[in-house]
This record gives sequence, C-alpha cells and structure tokens, in this order.
Amino acid sequence: MRVRFWGTRGSIPVALTAADIRDKLARALLAASGRRFDSYGEAHAFAEETLPFSVSHSFGGHTSCVEFETGHEEYFVCDMGSGARAFGEHILARQGGRPATINVFMSHVHWDHIMGFPFFGPAYVPGTRLRIYGCHDILEQAFRLQQSPPCFPVSFDQLGATIEFVKLTPGQPREVSGLKVTGQLQRHSGDSYGYRFEIGGRSIVYTTDSEHKLEDRAQTAAIVAFFRDADLVIFDAMYSLAEAISVKEDWGHSSNVVGVELCQMAGAKHLVLFHHEPANSDAAIEGALRDARRLEELTRGARPLRVSAAHDGMEIDL
Amino acid sequence: MPLSHRSYGAARVVSPRGRLDHDNCEGFQRDLAVQLDACTQEGAALVLDMSGLEYVSSAGLRCLMIAAKQAATRANRMVVASPQPVVAEILQISRFNLVLPVFGTTREALASVSPQAVQAFDKG
Repeated sequence: MRVRFWGTRGSIPVALTAADIRDKLARALLAASGRRFDSYGEAHAFAEETLPFSVSHSFGGHTSCVEFETGHEEYFVCDMGSGARAFGEHILARQGGRPATINVFMSHVHWDHIMGFPFFGPAYVPGTRLRIYGCHDILEQAFRLQQSPPCFPVSFDQLGATIEFVKLTPGQPREVSGLKVTGQLQRHSGDSYGYRFEIGGRSIVYTTDSEHKLEDRAQTAAIVAFFRDADLVIFDAMYSLAEAISVKEDWGHSSNVVGVELCQMAGAKHLVLFHHEPANSDAAIEGALRDARRLEELTRGARPLRVSAAHDGMEIDL
Repeated sequence: MPLSHRSYGAARVVSPRGRLDHDNCEGFQRDLAVQLDACTQEGAALVLDMSGLEYVSSAGLRCLMIAAKQAATRANRMVVASPQPVVAEILQISRFNLVLPVFGTTREALASVSPQAVQAFDKG
C-alpha cells in the first residue's frame, strides 16, 4: 500500500513567490559558506541531506488530494482539491490510453476540496469510469454547480467519463474493489466526514476539516475508536492549539497538539499533519512539525508515535 | 485537583497541582471560575502558580483560555508563574505563551501585576 500526497494545503492553493525563492537561495548559500562542490551530485546531496527541508524543499501549495495505491488496477483518492490536476496527469500517463476506473472519496464539498475536478484530465476521456463516494446528499449538486455557467466553460454533462455518485452511510463499512471504507461524521461547517480505510491488515484514517473538542468526552471516545491502532492518520493540523480554541474556535479545524493527543490515546502508529494553513511559510510548517514531535517525546507512552508533515509529492509505504 | 490560593496585596496566587487533562478539566474549570470571581470582587489579579502542575493537555489549556477570556472581559489581569519545564514547553508548543504572560517565578509574576503584591510577597 502506498499513500501519495498530491495536495496538502488547506482552504486555497498557494505558490512560492519570487521573494520566497530568493530567501531560500540566500539561506542555502549561507549554509554552504566555505564548502566546495565539485559536481552537481555533491551539491544535490548537500541540499538533500544537510539543509533543512524548509530551505531545500517546499511543502507545496495544492489543496487536498491524497491517493492510495493498493495494488488493484483501480485508483483510489480522497478529495478533489487542486492537487487533482497533477493526479489526473499521472493517471493518463500511467494508463497509456487504456480507460481508468477511479474511486473518489469526498470528505465534504467545500470549494478547496472540489476545485481540482474541472481540471482532472481523466474526467474528459470517454471510457473512464468515475465513482464518487461521499456521505453528503448534495455531492452531485456541488460538482455540477462548479461546472455551471458562468463559473466554468465546460459543463458537467459535457465530460466524457461515466460518472456515478455513491452515497455512503456513516458507521457502515463498505467494500470498494477490495478496500474497506467506513465514514464518520466530523465537526465542520456543513459537516465533513472522515474515512477509515482497511486493506491487507493495514489501516489509514483520512480526517481533514474536522474540529476536535477534547473536553467533549463522548466525541473524543468516538474519535479514538475510529483512530484505534491505525497505521497512518492523515490529520487536519491547520492551526496552533491556541488559535484553534480562541480566535479560530468553531472554524472547523484542528491543531498539531490535538493530533498528537488523539493518536496517542488511540495507539495509532504514524500521524501526518495535513491541510496546512495557506498563510504559513515552509519554515512555519516545519516549526509545527518540530513542536508536534517534541510534544510526542514529552508525553510518550508505551509505544512511540511517528509524526510527519505532509508535502505535495510525498509518498508513504505501509 | 486541589486548588489552593494565597493572597498578596491586590493579587491572588492560585496553585493547581498534579495533572490537568480531559479527566479533571471540568472540575478545574469550575474551581478556577470561583477563584476568578473572587479576584473580580477583590479587584485583584490572578497569578496561576504552575510549579506543582506536572502536565497539562489541550483540554486543560482550553480551561485556561476560557478563564483568560473571562479575565479580559472583567479587566482582571491573569498571568502564569513558574511552570515546570515540561509544562513550560507545552505552553510554547501550543502557543499559549502568546495568550497568557508566562514568568519564571511567582515573584516576577507578582511584580508584573502590582508593586504592592510583590512587597507583600517579599514580607512573606
């Protein structure tokens, strides 16, 4: 099982600016002062192994889109944020003209989670089969709405793919081409749903756009049960805890601190911070990751919790 | 959680002990509200002496946030004093050090809220 992140940012896509790149270059040059590189390979290795991730890389700016490669010929993906454009190109290149079957699981239909669909290449290819799963009644309406005049030039009915919308019931597991999926209601404006995926003894929880109030014992117990012993938890860590429970309370998002606490309570193995705040720089996201890892160290129980921060292009093998 | 207090001039020092998490945060929040009401009646600042607090979770920090908001609306000052190293790090990690002023000692915290309070503290 391979998890591939095509989009990891929350709310709206962002891109590095000229000033951001200049800043990274200046920091890299400073870090390399006094060193000599005799080849591109040496310089590349220095960038890869010595520089901080936030200097040598970027977490990226596409909105939510996460693929699960299960070994099955069909594709599985959570959400159709702006990362779906590159995911579509990946499918077209890999299929080499053969029609694809793609299973999409929608957390909810806020714009940042559907905006990539009009640019999702396979949707335009006759023979493609798209099954869009979700727990909302208004799933199809939302996809049609964003491809209606005057918002977009190609209407939903002009798409070449055969598209089917499949309603899921929260709490009721469903088998989708070998992948068992169970939805759970989350606290978010208009509701969102987290999904627990299980296949071959491995389990992944995709839980974005979800606000957790740990003082609510019943809700916490339900979430811990949903996360229980998961191999991977992809978690909305958009804000700091102080923001999430003050100026941004009831905005429907969570924090790195709550992610660590819930995963520790549930005995999960790997927490991935996700749905990064668009205003946060690469250094700020790296700082949130550093803080989450330190909190995990300070509060570690019997089993350590691995903590990562998702970036566009990241792959995790389970 | 036992929530004892001492008064120094126009400041009330409240001292939570042990662990503050989702198991005991409701009781702590009630007890802290009582202390804050007393501060409002006395026109006193509230100093939260964290030297006896071993751990605070997000649910516990939420209690502090609620108290800090109440204090702000009543024009009471509320500050944190002498957190243990682990709690001090949790305050930083959660960015609570940006919500409530944190001082290394109770004396420094008292000095920040009232000269009379720190004089009373020095007198013992």
